[in-house]
Amino acid sequence: MEEQVIKVEKLTKRFGDFTAVDEISFEVTKGEIFGFLGANGAGKTTAMRMLCGLSIPTSGAASVVGFDVYKQTEDIKKNIGYMSQRFSLYEDLSVIENIKFYAGIYGLTNKQIKEKSEELIERLGLHSEIKKLVGALPLGWKQKLAFSVALIHSPQIIFLDEPTGGVDPVTRRQFWEMIYEASAKGVTVFVTTHYMDEAEYCNRVSIMVDGRIEALDAPRKLKEKFNVSSMDEVFYMLARGAKKAVI
Amino acid sequence: MVELNNIRKTYNKGSVLAVDSVSFSVSEGELFGLIGPDGAGKSSIFRILATLLLADSGTASVNGWDVVNDYHKIRNNIGYMPGRFSLYQDLSVEENLEFFATLFGTKIQENYHLVKDIYVQLEPFKDRRAGKLSGGMKQKLALCCALIHKPVVLFLDEPTTGVDPVSRKEFWNMLKRLKEQGITIVVSTPYMDEANLCDRIALMQNGKIMSVESPENIIKDYKNELWAVASPSMHTLLSDLRQFELTESCYAFGDSLHLSFKTKNENNRTETLQYLESRNQREVEMKKINPGIEDCFISLMQQ
Repeated sequence: MEEQVIKVEKLTKRFGDFTAVDEISFEVTKGEIFGFLGANGAGKTTAMRMLCGLSIPTSGAASVVGFDVYKQTEDIKKNIGYMSQRFSLYEDLSVIENIKFYAGIYGLTNKQIKEKSEELIERLGLHSEIKKLVGALPLGWKQKLAFSVALIHSPQIIFLDEPTGGVDPVTRRQFWEMIYEASAKGVTVFVTTHYMDEAEYCNRVSIMVDGRIEALDAPRKLKEKFNVSSMDEVFYMLARGAKKAVI
Repeated sequence: MVELNNIRKTYNKGSVLAVDSVSFSVSEGELFGLIGPDGAGKSSIFRILATLLLADSGTASVNGWDVVNDYHKIRNNIGYMPGRFSLYQDLSVEENLEFFATLFGTKIQENYHLVKDIYVQLEPFKDRRAGKLSGGMKQKLALCCALIHKPVVLFLDEPTTGVDPVSRKEFWNMLKRLKEQGITIVVSTPYMDEANLCDRIALMQNGKIMSVESPENIIKDYKNELWAVASPSMHTLLSDLRQFELTESCYAFGDSLHLSFKTKNENNRTETLQYLESRNQREVEMKKINPGIEDCFISLMQQ
């Protein structure tokens, strides 16, 4: 029996009379790369915030690495990693300061911080850059550093919110190679993206429309089911039917 | 309509080179794309053309007006949509549009035909505050506000960044209709798939233009043969092909890998399949394909 690190059952979030997330149910397996897609306004961010322990659901049930999304939100936050294009590193701190800052926030001991930061710098080949301000690094390096920092406390899951926006095509692909490596080591990857070619790199993909999950399967199977040749077309067919996503 | 000659722009007392001797021109009625990642210099170019930023050297003009001497004329006659959402979040949809019309000394009714197609989609929410709109709708409103004074040229800085694929398609359909009405449009995007929708594009990287051409010609200029390779184990397939001695470059492209060889040779395919068999790859599919803009971009980046 494979270990389920995310379990979601009829999870719902309402804001007044607006239902942002409408009874979604799914499970994510340990080590899986799970793509979480949907149009702007479909409810992805709200759903993700609940899974990260940042927003309490209206109804339904969910657990993340065994912790309950109603009662154990602090435990969830300690045991997941999070990275987004918008929020990741402090531009006016140096590389090493950022690493130590995040490691400290996650409660690593001084000894662990020393070991982890040395290992991280070694792996990224950043020796000559550790005293540079993060703001002065090329975007591609920043992203690789942000990804590694989000994994510094060895979380079982990492949430990536549009991690590759705006980078060049080569860096975007190198970033996915880091995702594969993390997944091979057993880290579960929960990722949102607007690049439909990246949907193909996921083990399974869910597509949200108007607060509901309208499709969930391996990319190959979704394409077979909708009888199209690309994920772009699958997405288009599902999202075009959306009613409130455009508002 | 738009001309740049050897424009150069640095920041931080010359330590950061943002735009490196860039020259290009855009004809009247053209839909021209600046394509490249963050840091390529796209926004700096827009800001120079919109007279919000002075270049270190070089000259530029819009509709014959110089960006330094005639900045006043340029400001009155262009539409500029910056990369960051810059409408008033606490004004309603209608109030924002009215505000921008008034600012340029006109009325919504006067040029309503230009924004009508787009504005009808916003009209049901005209009393909603701009800050409460979804990403796609915000971009539509910003486009209306940039159009309402009937500009001679429209500068759109990454209008589709962070916007989902369906809304992106809709946005580009609107640009196509504006072009049919004769408006010159310069638009930037980091999404390579949008490049095909422009008349001509400039591929940019690190402040430099790598190529200015029509999308068809950029694809025609791609020298190598390109192959799509797939197997049930894509991750190991990628590392195997990277180690293969005949491989020039190999990158993941959705559900297949795009592979090019160091030299053209009839036996390339056979040898690749033999090599992959020796690496225990099963059910390998391999076929010749035409490159896309993204393939061309990667290839130009590595030159």
